[in-house]
Amino acid sequence: MVVTARTSLDAQKLRADFPIFEQEIHGKPLAYLDSAVTSQKPRQVLDAMRDFYETSNANVHRGVYTLSERATEAFEGARQKVADFVNAPDVREVIFTRQATEALNLVAYAWGLNNLGPGDLVVVTELEHHSNFVPWQYMAEKTGAGFRMLHVNEDGELDLSGLDEAARDGNVKVVAANLVSNALGTINPIEKLAAWAHAQGAIMVVDGAQAAPHHPVDVQALGCDFFALSAHKMCGPTGVGALWGRREILEAMEPFNLGGHMISKVRYESTTWGELPHKFEAGTSPIAEAVGLGAAIDYLNEVGIEAIEAHEQELAAVALERLGEIEGVTLYGPPADRRAGIVSFNVEGIHPHDVAQVLDSEGVAIRAGHHCCQPLMTRLGVAATNRASFYLYSVPEEIDRLVEGVQKTRKIFG
Amino acid sequence: MAEDLYREVILDHYKNPRGHGVMEDADAQAEGVNPLCGDEVSIYVQFADDGETLEEVKFSGRGCAISQASTSMLMEMVVGKTASEIAGLPKEALLEEVGIPLTPVRLKCALLGLGVLKVALHRAKGTPLPDEWAARRSFRPGR
Repeated sequence: MVVTARTSLDAQKLRADFPIFEQEIHGKPLAYLDSAVTSQKPRQVLDAMRDFYETSNANVHRGVYTLSERATEAFEGARQKVADFVNAPDVREVIFTRQATEALNLVAYAWGLNNLGPGDLVVVTELEHHSNFVPWQYMAEKTGAGFRMLHVNEDGELDLSGLDEAARDGNVKVVAANLVSNALGTINPIEKLAAWAHAQGAIMVVDGAQAAPHHPVDVQALGCDFFALSAHKMCGPTGVGALWGRREILEAMEPFNLGGHMISKVRYESTTWGELPHKFEAGTSPIAEAVGLGAAIDYLNEVGIEAIEAHEQELAAVALERLGEIEGVTLYGPPADRRAGIVSFNVEGIHPHDVAQVLDSEGVAIRAGHHCCQPLMTRLGVAATNRASFYLYSVPEEIDRLVEGVQKTRKIFG
Repeated sequence: MAEDLYREVILDHYKNPRGHGVMEDADAQAEGVNPLCGDEVSIYVQFADDGETLEEVKFSGRGCAISQASTSMLMEMVVGKTASEIAGLPKEALLEEVGIPLTPVRLKCALLGLGVLKVALHRAKGTPLPDEWAARRSFRPGR
């Protein structure tokens, strides 16, 4: 069988898979332009979760009865889907977490506490979401390691010439970066960062929460050591995410959460840890949610990640052009061909909250705020931006309504 | 709906804020941010000779129309009141003045200035803090 990557999709048709679009907001059709914060969910995912609860619900790994076997099979099947989705060499390297944030905290705590100390450096980027910034800042503080930030240029792209300067006064042990910036849509050169990190003897930790839903991911090609994703941004449910980690590093690490399931042997004197991936999955996992994530991956594969990315880039290019034509609008981030489907902008003299409020009254949902990227907002010299973000179900008419809404806002505040 | 929210008085206070500016030798001062949206407000107070009555207030900052307009309205409301009167001022009093329907998120914008003013008075006079401000903690960032 020959599989060819699909390069186009019919967003209007795909919208029928998403029940949320069957409603009106303030008497107008919902234009949901906030998929970067969380995506909507297709019927296929909702059905898979409902079906799991109705036919297979039991706790995993521990029961000998049929239902428990069925639940375990569904749960482990989802793990295999995640492994294939990111091209992990070994399915045991995939750990289910609550979301990307918990995955990144797992690395910061379970790796950072034992491997960082005075004289060491943690390098993050100015584009980081707080989830890949604050845990490292905190862990550096806890262990006495230094904390450095790689800056962006005027286009919101990383300035790699700052790397050696960042490493000047210590041993770089961690480089943490996102593959796609949630605030600007910048696609970061992880391959180069990972090569540099490894040359310093550091690990490369990638926040893939914004990339996985929209951009093909191959952890082996990226050359990273850890990769985190969240189901809810990729058509899956909230409450589950995944961490991929290089096996030898995971095996050498101590656990993160402690409790049931993650053990091998528990005695009064001491406890030994379980094998991968169980060592990092204490307690009952989000089982139905993992099944939902598996169904979301099937859905994305069916639509085609390449087609999704191309569709979003097309929409972003149109949005950048149309918004750029409005007087008083400032656009942030790289040119359309070097970014994901995210457009951050400001309207002169009008706070993003006010823009988003007027847009809401038109049934258009965008995000207004710092996008959990306060260091980046500081760099841009703003407190907040407006952000429109697109997904496989976004259609050009929604950009028309976004543009009209921004014009209406200018009229109200004129 | 957008028109209800951005009624003339709100836009007027937003565009021509009352008591806007910085006070160099303030008797009481505080600043606060709304972590959800990055609104920032600093408030400065000068007391009358009795050391209790607010003689002059000023505010500076940046943020959405709701946060800036409501703080501007607050400035007009509090002059001539005592620190303890303001510490006991219910948020409803300000919201009535603002007079627009607010969702929970926008409520935080509208009440930012009042919270900051109460913090400033707490620092200077030991008046009670609003509950939501009492619990804030932070850690010192890395070197």
